[in-house]
Amino acid sequence: MDEILLQILNGLDKGGAYALIALGLTIIFGTLGVVNFAHGALFMLGAFCAVAVKAFLGMEKVTLDPTQTTAWGTPMEIRQPYMEAWFGEFGRLVVDFSVPFSVLVAVPVMLIVGIAMERGLIRFFYKRPHADQILVTFGLAIVLQEIIKSFFGANPIPQPAPEAAQGMIDFGIALGFDAGNVVYPAWRLIYFLFSLAVIGGVFAFLQLTTFGMVVRAGMADRETVGLLGIDIDRRFTVVFGIAAVVAGLAGAMYTPILSPDYHMGMDFLVLSFVVVVVGGMGSLPGAVLAGFLLGILQSFASMNEVKDIFPGIDQIIIYLIAVVILLVRPRGLLGRKGVMEH
Amino acid sequence: MSLTMNRNDVLLLIGFTIVVFAAPFIFTPIGAGYPDLLQKFAIFGIFALGFNILFGLTGYLSFGHAAFLGVGSYTAVWSFKLLSMNPLPAIFFAILLGGLFSAVIGYISLRRSGIYFSILTLAFAQMCYNLAYSVLTPITNGETGLQLDQSDPRILDTAAGIDYGAALPVSNFFGIDMNSTVETTLFGQTLQFNSGYYFCAVLLILCFFISMRIFRSPFGLMLRAVKSNQNRMSYTGLNTKPYALAAFIISGMYAGLAGGLMAVTDPLAGAERMQWTASGEVVLMTILGGAGTLLGPVIGAGVIKYFENIFSSFNEGILMQAYSFLPETLQHALVSISSLFVGEGWHLTLGALFMLIVIFLPGGLMEGFRRIRTGISRLMGGGKSGKASDRASAAAE
Repeated sequence: MDEILLQILNGLDKGGAYALIALGLTIIFGTLGVVNFAHGALFMLGAFCAVAVKAFLGMEKVTLDPTQTTAWGTPMEIRQPYMEAWFGEFGRLVVDFSVPFSVLVAVPVMLIVGIAMERGLIRFFYKRPHADQILVTFGLAIVLQEIIKSFFGANPIPQPAPEAAQGMIDFGIALGFDAGNVVYPAWRLIYFLFSLAVIGGVFAFLQLTTFGMVVRAGMADRETVGLLGIDIDRRFTVVFGIAAVVAGLAGAMYTPILSPDYHMGMDFLVLSFVVVVVGGMGSLPGAVLAGFLLGILQSFASMNEVKDIFPGIDQIIIYLIAVVILLVRPRGLLGRKGVMEH
Repeated sequence: MSLTMNRNDVLLLIGFTIVVFAAPFIFTPIGAGYPDLLQKFAIFGIFALGFNILFGLTGYLSFGHAAFLGVGSYTAVWSFKLLSMNPLPAIFFAILLGGLFSAVIGYISLRRSGIYFSILTLAFAQMCYNLAYSVLTPITNGETGLQLDQSDPRILDTAAGIDYGAALPVSNFFGIDMNSTVETTLFGQTLQFNSGYYFCAVLLILCFFISMRIFRSPFGLMLRAVKSNQNRMSYTGLNTKPYALAAFIISGMYAGLAGGLMAVTDPLAGAERMQWTASGEVVLMTILGGAGTLLGPVIGAGVIKYFENIFSSFNEGILMQAYSFLPETLQHALVSISSLFVGEGWHLTLGALFMLIVIFLPGGLMEGFRRIRTGISRLMGGGKSGKASDRASAAAE
């Protein structure tokens, strides 16, 4: 029982990332009708926002201390982040919390990137065949990841979580198991809650605001909304920006779990597509549900007991499930009729 | 299928054959390394030709063809290990297994069309790649890649009494080593005939011929009909699935053959050949040359492999020389910008090229040639004849 609970917990953070990326993909797909192969690259850009913020905040002042010497007899270099030198204890805290702070940077950056991408490239492809959309966004994804590679190098850059969130949380005691059976890294729990909050925010935005209502109306019948005198294109541009922000946030907060490198986007993209397909193309709840479901299933498949019976199942479980779902329920779990059937 | 060919096709085939056979002498002066690079031209030409039969004719965009390439490579290396160093059984089994895999994957993926199809093929290819890296390590040798070994059984070779001694064997076609080069002198020029390249070249021409026959056949016409309007085909009471599946299997066999040939020229197989970026590369080749045209994919494959070779060998020193005629500050600025695109950054060029082609020239290079040709004939003979030749060349494709 505690083993099962632990695996469910393990799947939640990865599931959260899948759900966030798949949510953005679905929004773009539902509004603009474009399959965005560059969405993984947006996830990656978000992660590198965190890297850049960390590098910026962590810039170090080097002073020579003549009272201390190194083993070679030269004065020892004292390295201290400027933030710490200028603001003392508060500055140290800011450096420590660079990953959560990077979220504040990632929102405007990703919004601009998203809007620029839609205005500069994607909008010319609404009337082109889907194959062209796939190809041009695929090309864009390569370009983005190569640019990042030339700036930050090819190696993963580890990003520590804030010290306060580096510990483990022992769930077992709270639920009546023995201590030490169900321990879980605090940051992963934070990530899960964060992803829930973002998902909730997106849904609230679409369901509760007038803007969201117009967007939903546009998803259902773009032409009629246009005839009513609403500039639906401009709203959809903003929606694309929001989807980019969601992917970027997912990436920025994921950095302490997985050290970002330039091709992390591609790895997540393939899985996120599978998530979208399993959830049902064009269905937002489906994307979220399938994201968490596949995340949890993947963590179950990587249990040693399961791997003993089906070796290698952890590598392919997601794809297998996608195949089965598509054969049994071709529209996905919560897919609607008439979406993407032409 | 009638055996008569129209005159233009015969000429095209003859011209293609001549260019392929003469390629070492035409392309070596412009920096195409021989035989390695030319072998790549031929192999990726075959790969792209096969992909074009699926994507160009039926419009199904597969993002998983690298899986069949990888399967072909592994099969060929295993054939070298178990049966014989002769490439014939190797490529036979590579084609067979490529076909089998594509039959299974195609059967499932083709139940959906459009984007779903692309994503399904992508998922399958990633699955194959992950399996090759992890569980199937006894078959694929995981990260190290599958290699030949002196202690391999090689049943047929042993039965035929061929002994390779202590050295690692080289694949050989009834005694002709695949890496051997024959030199002759003709008109004062030294001509090199590399057996590996010519082996690939013959197969490339054969594949081109088959692809041409498919394009001109009723079957090819049916595939085009699937692309242009699948619904109408269904309304007329025709089941389009078998046609699409046949195209998928044929292209899978082409990919298997290409993978097999990779192993023939260099008996090594690694999982990275199956990664989905490799699938993206063949898509790019086909698009760049012109999807749905006969010659386009081969040209696209050649252009990409050629520029990959040129660009990735550049470094800052060479760039400095290239810009040396400029003032120093400008030189440094230009070098730092262009060094992003060459050497390690070759993929950036590739991605940018990909986007430019899709945005501005969706018909690929063949479309570009056609436009230039119409433009010229319009200039020469006024508007009317230009239109006529436009129509004629459109019909020729």
